Amino acid sequence: MAEFQTHEHDVLVIGAGGAGLRAAIEAAAGGVSVGLVCKSLLGKAHTVMAEGGLAAALANVDERDSWKVHFADTMRGGQYLNNPRMAELHAQEAPGCVHELESWGALFDRTRDGRILQRNFGGHAYPRLAHVGDRTGLEMIRTLQDHGIHQGIDVHMECTVVELLKDGSRVVGALAYDRERGRFRIFRAKAIVLATGGIGRAFKITSNSWEYTGDGQSLAYHAGADLMDMEFIQFHPTGMVWPPSVRGILVTEGVRGEGGVLKNSLGERFMFNDIPEPYRKSTSDTPEEGWRYVTGDKNARRPPELLTRDHVARCIRREVREGRGSPHGGVYLDIAWIKERIANAPDHIRKKLPSMYHQFMQLANIDITAEPMEVGPTTHYTMGGVRVNGDTQMSTVPGLFAAGEVAAGLHGANRLGGNSLSDLLVFGKRAGAHAAQYAKAHGSGAIDIHAVDTAAQKALAPLDRTGGESPYQIQQDLQEMMQAKVGIVRQESELQEALVELDKLKARAAKASAPGNREYNPGWHTALDLTCLLTVSEISARAALERKESRGAHTRDDFPDKVAEWGKFNLVFRRGTDGGMVVERTPLVPLRDELKQVIEEHK
Amino acid sequence: MGRVNFQIWRGTATGGFQEYATEITEGMVVLDAVHQIQAESANDLACRWNCKAGKCGSCSAEVNGHPRLMCMTRMDEVLKETPPGRAVTLRPMQAFVPVRDLVADVSWNFEVKKRIKPFRPRQPDAADGTWRMAQSDVDRVQEFRKCIECFLCQNVCHVLRDHRKHDEFIGPRFLVYAAALEMHPLDVEDRTDELRKAHGIGYCNITKCCTKVCPEHITITDNAIIPLKERVVDRHYDPFGSLWRWFHSTDKASGGPSS
Repeated sequence: MAEFQTHEHDVLVIGAGGAGLRAAIEAAAGGVSVGLVCKSLLGKAHTVMAEGGLAAALANVDERDSWKVHFADTMRGGQYLNNPRMAELHAQEAPGCVHELESWGALFDRTRDGRILQRNFGGHAYPRLAHVGDRTGLEMIRTLQDHGIHQGIDVHMECTVVELLKDGSRVVGALAYDRERGRFRIFRAKAIVLATGGIGRAFKITSNSWEYTGDGQSLAYHAGADLMDMEFIQFHPTGMVWPPSVRGILVTEGVRGEGGVLKNSLGERFMFNDIPEPYRKSTSDTPEEGWRYVTGDKNARRPPELLTRDHVARCIRREVREGRGSPHGGVYLDIAWIKERIANAPDHIRKKLPSMYHQFMQLANIDITAEPMEVGPTTHYTMGGVRVNGDTQMSTVPGLFAAGEVAAGLHGANRLGGNSLSDLLVFGKRAGAHAAQYAKAHGSGAIDIHAVDTAAQKALAPLDRTGGESPYQIQQDLQEMMQAKVGIVRQESELQEALVELDKLKARAAKASAPGNREYNPGWHTALDLTCLLTVSEISARAALERKESRGAHTRDDFPDKVAEWGKFNLVFRRGTDGGMVVERTPLVPLRDELKQVIEEHK
Repeated sequence: MGRVNFQIWRGTATGGFQEYATEITEGMVVLDAVHQIQAESANDLACRWNCKAGKCGSCSAEVNGHPRLMCMTRMDEVLKETPPGRAVTLRPMQAFVPVRDLVADVSWNFEVKKRIKPFRPRQPDAADGTWRMAQSDVDRVQEFRKCIECFLCQNVCHVLRDHRKHDEFIGPRFLVYAAALEMHPLDVEDRTDELRKAHGIGYCNITKCCTKVCPEHITITDNAIIPLKERVVDRHYDPFGSLWRWFHSTDKASGGPSS
């Protein structure tokens, strides 16, 4: 083991976004030693990009709100494929987690009586999102980071895990390399928490950064864990579309929460034309009523722009395909219009949406206080991921936990905006606590040095090969293929083609070569990321092919309707004993009677 | 805009500039050009980046000698300032030890932060353990909390960049951090002693270079550093104030009036 530097922690957390930091803090509070590895510098993870807010039924703005309404909203938004236990815990524990964050220094915008202010968001019955202008994610990650660095956690920055190490059935460590020097490190741990985020980098148009290559899902899958709901990928309705280099960058749903409206090239508010049945009662009929809603009239119903993300994204796609799009293939998102309704509208917009103002001004020469933005769907979030126990967040592999976007269950077929930040806190905390408990109850396992050697050799292969294809080219081809064939609307023939293409891409990736040496070499890193990207892309494509209906974020052209029978199963993937992918229809986690009643009461 | 020439720093401290050319189209930012060069002709060109929207502060570098976020710097503006026939130069931040290519070792910053006393809130205001705060009090510190930790301010601060006082001075970023804590509506910690001694606030002679480069437009010098300097002066150089505090201190055993 001489050539590997070894670190030993009771709990190892992989990923330092909101979930990872929260898990590490909780594990440390549980009295165990904690290591935290992250691919970037601390505080740069994607949580920083979250804009709109953090959903918690504090009932500060509308006293009718409660965990029950939040639970019912989350289940409806997820089209009832959610793990109800997770949706229940999430709704109950999110308010406490927000207060805890405040006690660590987070500063949210306030109500007139000095409590935490909450804003409207798609699919939430009442104003529920605690927020700080449009930079809530930054506030959250910085608070966790600044609190976390005083909790005795060992942070290993710019370090990438390539393999989980097992002793028998349980995980006992991980093999990683540090990006700066390219040296391998062994992390021994009694329990591991995955908090690596999503798989957005598998697509061409995405709001995700280079980091979101499905590492956690892929590591878990190869370690024998179950992955679930991988067909459900959220395309956020509003990403930037112009200029080309910024295509996909997120435009917060907060714009619509503050009164922004969607229009096609005919100037029509097309969202009024298609309101799904389950939401008809709670959606306004007229622009007038919609405006009253966003300005706080409790008797008004929400405007159709605030319907769930899956639906809004599909409507935008329809407008564009039917020739009513904007010049660069999107639709218009207009917040400037509120100047017809309120005095000093430009100041108000700059105050409520400062980073959106800045982003459009600097990157697109658009002043959002004066003219509409052009927006279109962008790959944003992975509802599916590692299948976990709803209470403990432990996967089907003993000692391996998952929290946040990498875990499946809370969001079902579609996530509501704002439920991600609260997910990170609630389940990061739970995963950290239970990982610490597990570590206390179990000794260290043995590291299989042969497995380490094999994994290390495999990781070095792209550097050793010469004359192979550039990993960047393969990644780009993968992204274009996934966008075209496993994107926002799917069909059998394209999904079949995608699987054929994926085989070819796998063969190319196996021969890719990365010039240069081991020191901070992004070409090499990209080559290694391909393994994860190809694994998760294949599982997503297979899951999308398998689910022959349209539900939530999964839309099939050839099966446009929701099918009741499909509402009884989650699709689960695991690695078979022969190394092949096994797919299983797993009955939903049962809904307890009292929760069934809660859903009925809030239909 | 056509094909544009770049001089990009390659290697460590002992490296040198290498020339690359790539096609620039409408709307591209410097980071796009770097990625394109990486994909086309320099697969192993090292640079940091994450959000590509000016929110994470990873891609700080010096573009034509100016410290900037590469993701928020548009190529059309860079070309306007680049003399005709000259290449656009890209190099890592110079106040830190270079790692490779455009990547600098910023780990010192993470160590500095740990030395600053953490947030300590007052007792909760309400029976349910929560606090009440006025929006106006929150607004006062929001400016500082916008910081994305890109460390461009640290990079241009002459105390760090030219005089290399990394051991004695925490730099503008952490003075902003200290200001955010000191002016936090709930915080009851006192950091003035450390600011004066260990954190070296006296080294700042308010040249405002930090303020000029801040991509978040935080008025670092005027709104954060100067008020902190005043706080330190009030505490340590006002003899009547010091005596008054000493007489009213519950913990006189710890020493006489601070000087």
